[in-house]
Order: sequence, then C-alpha cells, then structure tokens
Amino acid sequence: MPVSPALAPPQGDIWTPHAVRIVDVVQDTDDTRTYHVAFDDARQAARYAFRPGQFNMLYVPGAGEAAISISSRSRSGSPLLHTIRTVGNVTGALERMRVGDTFGLRGPFGSCWPLEELRGQHIIFITGGIGLAPLRPAIYHVLDHREDYGDVALLYGARTPDGLLYEGEYRDWIADGLRVQVTVDRADPRWAGYVGVVTLLLDRLPLSDPANTHVLCCGPEVMMHYTALSAFRQRIPAQNVWISMERNMNCAIGLCGHCQFGPSFLCKDGPVLRYDRVAPFLPVRGL
Amino acid sequence: MTADPGLIPIGGERRIPSDRLQDLIDLLRQDDYSVVGPTVDQEAIVYDEVTSVDQLPRGWTDEQGPGTYRLARREDDALFGYVVGPHSWKKYLFPPLSTLSAADRTEQGWEMRRVEEAPPKYAFLGVRACELAAIAVQDRVFAGGPYVDPIYSGRRQSAFLIAVNCTQAASTCFCTSMRTGPRCCTGFDLALTELPGEFVIEVGSDRGGTLLARLTTDACSARTLAAAEAARQQAVDQITRRMDTTDIRNVLLTQLEHPRWQETGERCLSCTNCTMVCPTCFCSTVEEVADLKTEHVERQRRWDSCFNPEFSYVHGGLVRNDIRSRYRQWLTHKLASWQDQFGTSGCVGCGRCITWCPVGIDLTEEVAALREKPACP
Repeated sequence: MPVSPALAPPQGDIWTPHAVRIVDVVQDTDDTRTYHVAFDDARQAARYAFRPGQFNMLYVPGAGEAAISISSRSRSGSPLLHTIRTVGNVTGALERMRVGDTFGLRGPFGSCWPLEELRGQHIIFITGGIGLAPLRPAIYHVLDHREDYGDVALLYGARTPDGLLYEGEYRDWIADGLRVQVTVDRADPRWAGYVGVVTLLLDRLPLSDPANTHVLCCGPEVMMHYTALSAFRQRIPAQNVWISMERNMNCAIGLCGHCQFGPSFLCKDGPVLRYDRVAPFLPVRGL
Repeated sequence: MTADPGLIPIGGERRIPSDRLQDLIDLLRQDDYSVVGPTVDQEAIVYDEVTSVDQLPRGWTDEQGPGTYRLARREDDALFGYVVGPHSWKKYLFPPLSTLSAADRTEQGWEMRRVEEAPPKYAFLGVRACELAAIAVQDRVFAGGPYVDPIYSGRRQSAFLIAVNCTQAASTCFCTSMRTGPRCCTGFDLALTELPGEFVIEVGSDRGGTLLARLTTDACSARTLAAAEAARQQAVDQITRRMDTTDIRNVLLTQLEHPRWQETGERCLSCTNCTMVCPTCFCSTVEEVADLKTEHVERQRRWDSCFNPEFSYVHGGLVRNDIRSRYRQWLTHKLASWQDQFGTSGCVGCGRCITWCPVGIDLTEEVAALREKPACP
C-alpha cells in the first residue's frame, strides 16, 4: 500500500547530529554556563536558523542527548548560545568540555514565542532561574524591534542573588526600553531589591491596557500556574498567556512518545503553548 | 475493450486449492520478497520467515481470555484457524532495535554520520483486518506528520500485504466496536478467505492483481463465494466483547482523577506487556552503544514503554512516579489523546493487551468503569 513518500524533513536528515565546536564558555552561576558553539560544516552554519523559544538536542557521544533551549539572538550571524545547568549525564559531560571540543547538535525543534502575532501589543516576560534562557532570544527580538511593541517588562526571580542569569545585561536591556524587576527568595547582605516569589511582581505591576497585554512565562509548572492566576487577577485574558513546558524530550520530532502532556507532544506542539489550551491538564499530578 | 490479461482488477476474486498456496509463497520469493507468516514457536503462534506452507500452523488454533493464551488442536487442517498471537507486524516495520547514527572520534573531534539501512523487502502472509488497521495507524504516526521516520517508511513502502479474513473470533476480540474488522476491506494487496480445502483470494491493489495473474487460479463458483461469506460472518457472530466508544476522548480526558485509576494501578504490574504486544504502540528510546575506548559510538533506537518508570524522567525526577499515572497515560493516550495527535484511535480492538496482561486487566472493562461516575466526586 502506498504511504506518503519520505518528505524532505525541515532539517534534512532527522536523526544525525551535526558536529559543533565550543568557541567560548561563560560561567554564569555556580552550576550554569553559557556555551557559544559553531558548526564544523560551513554549509550547515549558513543553513541554520531558529525562532525564539525553540530548542536543540545536544549530543555527547557515549553520554546521550539532552534538549537545551537556545538562548541567543535569532538574527542570522549571531553566535549560537546555550545556557546549561548541570543536572544529569549529558549536561555533566558538557561541563567537562573545554573550548575547541566538539559535540553533536540536532535542531532547531519545537514551537516558538508568538512574537510576530504580538506586534503592537504589550508584553510581560515572567520567569525564574534558568527559565530566563529560553526567553532571552524573545527579549532580544523585542528590543531589536522595540518600535513594534508597546510596554515591555521582564519580571525575574531567583533563589539567591548569586543565581541571577545574565546580570551584566540588565542595564543594556533597561536602556533599550525594557522594564526589569528582579526578586530573590533569599537575600544576601548586598541585596537591596525585592524579596519574594516572582508572581508578586506581576500582582503589583501597573498595567495600562490589560486586554492587550500578553504574558510569556517559563518556569516550574506550579510557578506558571500561579503566574496565570495572577495574570487573570490583573484582567489579562487567558488566551494572552503563553508558557514554555518541559518533559523528557527524547527524539524531538514527535516519534518517540516520551514528551506527551495530555494531547500534546511538547517537542513539536510545544514547548511554547497557549495557557488556555493546556490549562485543564496543568493541575493533574503525574500526567 | 478487453481487460489486461496481466492484471486481475481490484475487487476481483479467484480461487486456489489449499495445496497450491505454496505457489504463492514461491512466487513472492522469486520476486525477492522475504515471506513472513504465522508459525508455531514456544507454544504460541508467532510471525517468522516462512519458505514452505508446512511451517504454517496447520490444524492449530488459539484459545484466549484475560491473562490466558493456549494453543489447541483443531479438528481440521486449517492453516489460518487461529486469531492473533503475541507478535504483530510492527516488529518488521518498526524494528525493536535499529541503528540511527554513528559517531567517530578523530583528531579534529567527533565526526557524525547517518547509518542507512537497505530496507528489507517483506511479504506479510496472514495479516488480519485489525492488523491492517494497526498498520494504517502506524502509517499516520511514522509517515503522516512533519517528520517521516526513514526506517519505517522504507520498510513500509516495499511491503506486500496478504491479508487473511477471520473466520472465527477469540473471546478477547472487539474489532467490531473499533470498526476495524473482522472483514478485510482496505489496505491489502491480496486477501484470503480460507475454506475447507480451498482459498478465495481477493485483489486489493494493482500490485496484488498483477501478482495474482501470474498464479494459476480458478474462477469462483457462486457456491464458493457464498461459503466464503458465511465463513466470514461466523467471525462477526462470535465476537462478544464490546467497547462503547461514544465520545470516548472527552469521557477519558475529563476523568483523569477518577478513583478507578488508583484501583487499576494497584492491580497493574507495570510489566510493559500490553505495550509490547500492542500493534500500534510506538514509543521508543535511544541508547548509546560504544566501543571500549568510546571512539566509535552508535545510537540505537529500541522499543520503550510508558510503563517503564524512567520513561518520564526529566531533570532529576520522574513525572509519572506511580503505576496509577502510568496506566492512566497508556489508556488515555491509546483511546483519547491519540485522536488529537493522529486523527484516529490508537486501539484497533485486537485484544492482545487483554490476553497478554499477566493479571488480566481488560481495557473494555476499564472504559466501562470510567464511564460510571465516581461515588464521591
């Protein structure tokens, strides 16, 4: 029986990683580093493009693959960056690598933040800890096209001041027209900012036009749940809330079944999802 | 206008005596097909390569129920007088183990390359209606989305499908509820109906019609055709198990906290049998297979199961850390969210998961229980 002939998949061969080489490593926090990588194959480097919110599968032969969001500017010619916290086998192996070392990369995969659709709208980025990494390409995009958007704010939380990512960039972001508010769970003697959960910042943020304000959120599921509740209290409509979710991404192309969340494959329907489309499933434990 | 003598048209029916089925196998082998069919091994009817009709389960049948499967002798010499065993054709189209890519360490760093297979050319002999439906489901999974699996689609495109209409049913069968059988209606190249001493062969594709035209066959008498119809009807009449599929997607996805999940989770052993025997379950994982010095590493895909605890591992923890949530994932995926993902149910009503469950969990019973409102909402 005929089946559809093998399509040319969006990235050519869907299973084979491309070799990338570490150009630079920046230590962000105790356990988190940002890796700047470049493709060995110049043709692949020229072909590669992603949209803010997408992720790559990084592959260390012998250790395996891990899904890592892309944390760089999506504009072509920008360095390709991944901010990685050491939690398992693959990220542990990456931690031991040095500038000049190679590993594999497949991607980009998944859905993206709806930045084209949000032109002319107000945007609130709200996130905690390493959740800022998948939002940074969206922040760059909005600041690179600042006149296309209304009010934009970043509400960011970390456990401690030492856990804040990309701290050196906030000053530039503010200068470029982003309102930045940062909070920590536990202050240290040098900290003079907010203390408390990040959703409190959303509760207190004055909004001029909630109906045209959109929330782009990345964090633990419980944090995203409370963010949505806070957004609703601020009269932001449910269809204006977008979240980025995480599950075991194994194949990244919807063929292996691991990343299911209710009806969604988070690798191809997500990771970025509209909140109201998955809201009934978010409170269900063990789904 | 005369019909092409080299082609029996789709829908055409011809007859061969049982002792000439070997000719069909020989012809397929001549055309470089590896013929896979039912054969008896370890007290079960399983699929394996066959070269002779003598390898088929002549005179055997299977008796099935929740958690039970036994072979028994028939009173006749039927070759296809059983229903379905633990194997399905998925092991040929979606192999339990396959190599995806390879990496070699060089002085310049890792070099990665694709590992391509020359797809084997299979002829499947004895595909039941529910199994044709299962193949159609996996076509959607592996070849119907934005990403096409090259291993599945390579094997699938060259496969020649010879269906066999059921003339009897097991107590675990419920294909009539899933509207997938027992009659083979579509998706085959040829379809056999077995009668005492003879087969009626129906053409389902041009490829099937061309092949059948090369066999010596007879016209079917009205009496033979009537006998074939009666034999097929017998399977319909023997099916007693039912599953109410009305609005099943919404019923299941709105009952995610039903107490039945906990009750069944306490019975379920999380052994993965249901997912291994299911002809549509497609979950897989990838393992690293390295030489001793980790200089040559291959990525091997192998079947996985949502019943394996580590299946839901994500940064240091398990999302589905109890059997209740794993069973719920399996059943709601199979019967409900599969519809969102692939536009079809993931269940074809073959009953394998009922038969091969060591504690006899029966999904038709589960669905009926989940339709009952919990006592304390």
